[in-house]
Formats: sequence, structure tokens, C-alpha cells
Amino acid sequence: MAGKAATTTGAIPASGWQKFWSDFCESPTAVGALFVFLVILFIAVFAPFVSPTNPYDLASVDIMNSRLEPGSEDFEGNVYWLGTDGAGRDMLSAIFYGLRVSLGVGAFSGVVALVIGAAVGLSAAYFGGRFETLTMRIVDIQLSFPSILMALIILAVFGKGVEKTIIALVLVQWAYYARAARASALVEKNKEYVEAAQCLALGDRRIILHHIMPNCLAPLIVVGTLQTAHAISLEATLSFLGLGLPITEPSLGLLIGNGFEFMYSGDYWISIFPGIALLITIVSINLVGDQLRDIFNPRLQR
Amino acid sequence: MTAFILRRSLQSIIVLLVMSLIVFVGVNLVGDPVDMLINPEADQLEIERVIRDLGLDRPVAEQYWYFMVNAFQGDLGRSFVFGEPALKLIIQRMPATMELALFSLLIAISFGIPLGVYAGLKPHSKISRTIMAGSILGFSMPTFWVGIILIMFFSVHLGWLPSTGRGDVATYFGITSSIFTLDGLSHIFLPAFNLALFKLSSVIRLARAGTREVILQDYIKFARAKGLSETKIIRVHLLKNIMIPIVTVIGLEFGSLIAFSTVTETVFAWPGMGKLIIDAIYNLDRPIVVAYLMIIVLIFVTLNLIVDILYSVLDPRVRIKGVS
Repeated sequence: MAGKAATTTGAIPASGWQKFWSDFCESPTAVGALFVFLVILFIAVFAPFVSPTNPYDLASVDIMNSRLEPGSEDFEGNVYWLGTDGAGRDMLSAIFYGLRVSLGVGAFSGVVALVIGAAVGLSAAYFGGRFETLTMRIVDIQLSFPSILMALIILAVFGKGVEKTIIALVLVQWAYYARAARASALVEKNKEYVEAAQCLALGDRRIILHHIMPNCLAPLIVVGTLQTAHAISLEATLSFLGLGLPITEPSLGLLIGNGFEFMYSGDYWISIFPGIALLITIVSINLVGDQLRDIFNPRLQR
Repeated sequence: MTAFILRRSLQSIIVLLVMSLIVFVGVNLVGDPVDMLINPEADQLEIERVIRDLGLDRPVAEQYWYFMVNAFQGDLGRSFVFGEPALKLIIQRMPATMELALFSLLIAISFGIPLGVYAGLKPHSKISRTIMAGSILGFSMPTFWVGIILIMFFSVHLGWLPSTGRGDVATYFGITSSIFTLDGLSHIFLPAFNLALFKLSSVIRLARAGTREVILQDYIKFARAKGLSETKIIRVHLLKNIMIPIVTVIGLEFGSLIAFSTVTETVFAWPGMGKLIIDAIYNLDRPIVVAYLMIIVLIFVTLNLIVDILYSVLDPRVRIKGVS
């Protein structure tokens, strides 16, 4: 809106970013979700500084404080707003540290999958021929299996661990990026600027990376946001099942899994609060992703 | 047509071979197959006998050949824990998983379609907005966590429904299932609802989108002009037309229900294949893991093949594109 007003009054046209931002602000839900996500990101990055206690410092954890209810106080006057778990750890701090692990694994695997998928998708579209047929067939086949099954196969065969979980998440996700990258690169490939670049005898690599890729970024970003939310959820599921991350890297899924055994005795908070943190993270990323998709969707172009 | 089916079948066989290779390489080369495939409690004599039986003293390519030959004969090894053939154990557990998946499919359809049609008919009402917000939540909530919440609320807090196991089963018409007994029904409801939640959300969305499209068509206007009652228009003219895409998607997604049931079965201790494999991974019962992975890949490849062929029968464009 602001961008439109600026151009009609004859002032300097709004830059791409300003236009983008004013489009984004059209949905108050998305702005709220972005704010929530930034808060979560801040907590995840600065977990050691914002957490009330270090839940994995054995010196400060007292087994006497185990399974305290939310809001209760220990003898030294420390308040546990979200209660404590079976080992006497403060749940709030454990969730902050868990967010760090969950977001870290999700984002890292997302970036690796994006790079691999985009490389495959862009070159498939650019070079075409047998390479394209073969890679896209692989993508189709892989996408016909549910992601949980692919991850289960990889982790059941190769065992659990941080790097194996990341490998599983990358293998599950790359196909989505490859498909999105190819789809938009196919459109860009036939445009005149690519032909012009080819007439200048520029190298294939340069044309793909500097000419086609920048114009394919928008759909990749949309897929990236939604896929990252999916990856975080999948990692939590795998860790809950005991197949994903090891106990030394307690993600939110692992925290929920730990609380599961106490739930039958009514200690709901050990499972519920990490789950709510997970849910808020996923929903906020999804809402931001939905809004990005609407902005970048050419059919809804205002 | 024949060429298309042949090409797709060949592709399915290649996928199966690649998967078997991954599983075989994973189990036999990444770790020590002696540790992985032989019961850790076996003595030296037994170990040597099994090594000879499994052909572990032979070259790798030859080992893979034997693995495949045995697999085709239905021999996927023996479980360490149960001491029975792995394939038999999996087939024993299969009905429980199928029952859970089918029942949740039923829930997804019988709740999803009315809710979705309502949201499509009155897109701006408060109830419709609530339904749609709920479906977004259903997409975002991780299945296992919803399962925990359901157990906590309905089993621990209210004490209405049991949270573990399959309950009493009864056999009618040669099918043994827990949906034939009241106790069994009370056991299946929570896990089935949990498993259905994700599908429920997508059925709601599909039904809503379909309704909004169909309601603008001329034949609906004509039916209204004819003076048909609104219920009749919805039941006959609308529902029939929105069902086509819903049924297709549901059919396609049945496989993913089976895959996701591993999570639900673990949360609710449902004695199906999914719980079997998770337990097997914990217990290092590798023959079961290998057998399960081979079976589930086989199920998926077959399902995909059937869907592909059905598609090409229904929509010739798929076939023509596949040939060119």
C-alpha cells in the first residue's frame, strides 16, 4: 500500500524491500507470527544467557527438586515457572536449550537440502535431456514415499546420532527444493536475458548462478520456510521415538518423550510445555511461510 | 497402455532393488554383520555355524545374491527376541495396523466432509473460520504430541477411554478385529482419532475448496431454479462432485497412514507392525528391522504402481506424457 501511494504522489518509488514489507504487513496474523518467531529465534540463539538456570550443569541440578509443579519454589527460593522434570531440571531452561537444538538441526538441514536441491533442480532445468529425466524421476519416486518413512529407513539402518539425523532430514527434503527450483528455472530459462547471456558466451555455471538463480529464489524461500517447519516437526517425532538425536542433544522432541513416562502419574507439565513450545514454533513459521507464498504468488499479484 | 504398465513395473522393480541394496549395505557393511545379525548371546560354535549359514565368509556381491534369493523365498531371517521367522511376526501384526489405518480413514472422511462442506457453504461465518483455523492447527501439530495430549485428557484426567493396547477382539466373517467389540472400540478410538487428525485437516480443506468451486456451477443454479430443496442439492449434486478429488487423495494417502502409524502405535502401545519395528530397533532385533523395511517398501511400491496405472486408465494424458 505504502509503495503504491509513494509512486502515485511522484515521490521516489519504494524499493523492492519496502514493497515486500508493506505487502507482508497486509496480514496482521503474519506480522504477529513473524514477531513470535523472532522471539523464539532470539531465545534459541541466546539460550545460555536468557535461561534462568543451566539445565545440563550437574552442579546446579538437584534431584531433590524433581517433578516439582509449575510455579513451585525450592528451598533456596528459586522459582520453577514451568516445573521441573524427573531429574530436577528447570523445564523453562530445558525448553530454551531444546529450542536451540531443534531450530539448529532444522535450519541446518534445511540449508543443506536447499543448496543440494537447488543445484540439482536448476541444472536439470538448464541442461535438460537425460540428466533432467533421470533426476526428476528420482525426485518423483522419492516424493511418493512419506517423509517419516524415508527418515525411518535411514535411521533404522544407519543408527541414531546428530549427523545421521541431519543426513536423514536432508535426504527427505532435497527433493522438494529440487522440484521447486526446476519448475521456476524452466520458466526463466526461455526468457530473453538468458538468451542474451548465452550470446555473450558466458559459462553455464555463471548463467545458472548469477542470472537464473536470483530469479528463482522467491519460490525456494517459500518452500524453505514451510519445509523448515516440517523438518523441525519431523526431527521432534524421530527424537521422541528414540531414533533421532541422542540424549546428549536434548531437543524438544526428546523432552516430550522424557515427560511421556511421567504423564500417567499426572505430571503433565514435563510433556506438555515442550510440546507447546514446539507447536508455537511450527505454527509461527507456517504462518510466515503462508504469507510469503501469497506475496510471491504471481496469480495473486496486486 | 501395455508399454506404460511395463515401464512403470520395471521402475518399481528398480526402486525395490535399490532399497534392498541400501538396507543390505547398511546392515552388512556399515556395522559388523556378525554383531548385527547374530544373537549376542550365541557361543563360538553357534557363531561359526551362522556365519556359514548366512554366507558371511563369502564375497559381498555373492552375499547380496543370497540375501535376495532368500528374500524371494519369504525368508527374511529369524527374530532374536521372539525366535520366530521375522516375516511371520510382521504378518501377524499387520491386521492391527490395517485396522487402525482404515478406522482413522473412516473418521477423517465422516468428520472431514461435513465440516468442509459447511465451511465451503458459509465461508464467512464464525464456525467456518473456527473449522479452518482448526485445520491449520491439525496440520501443524506433531502427531505424537497430540497423542500424548489425548491420553492425558481422556485417559488420565477424565478416565473415559483406555490408552494402551487393542482391547478385546472378535472374529466375524473370518476377520479378527477390535471394532467388533465394545471394549475394542473404546481402545481404537483414541489412536485412530490421533492418526486421523492430519488427514482430517486435508479432507476439510479439499471438501471446502471443492464446495466453493462446485456451488458456482450452472447445474447447481439449475437445480435451485427447479425448486429442489437445499438438502437435496447438497446431498445429490454437490457431494457427488466433490467426492472425486477427495477419494483420489485419500486413496493416495492410505500408504502414508500406514507409515505414520509407527508413531501413533508407539504412543498408544498399539500392537501393530509400527510398534514392532520401533521395539525391534530398541532391542537391536535386526532381522525384524530388515524384514519390516523390505515389506513396507514393497507395500508402497505396489500401492504407487496401482495408483499410477489407475490414473493412466482414468486420465489418458498421463499415459501419453509418460510415453513421449
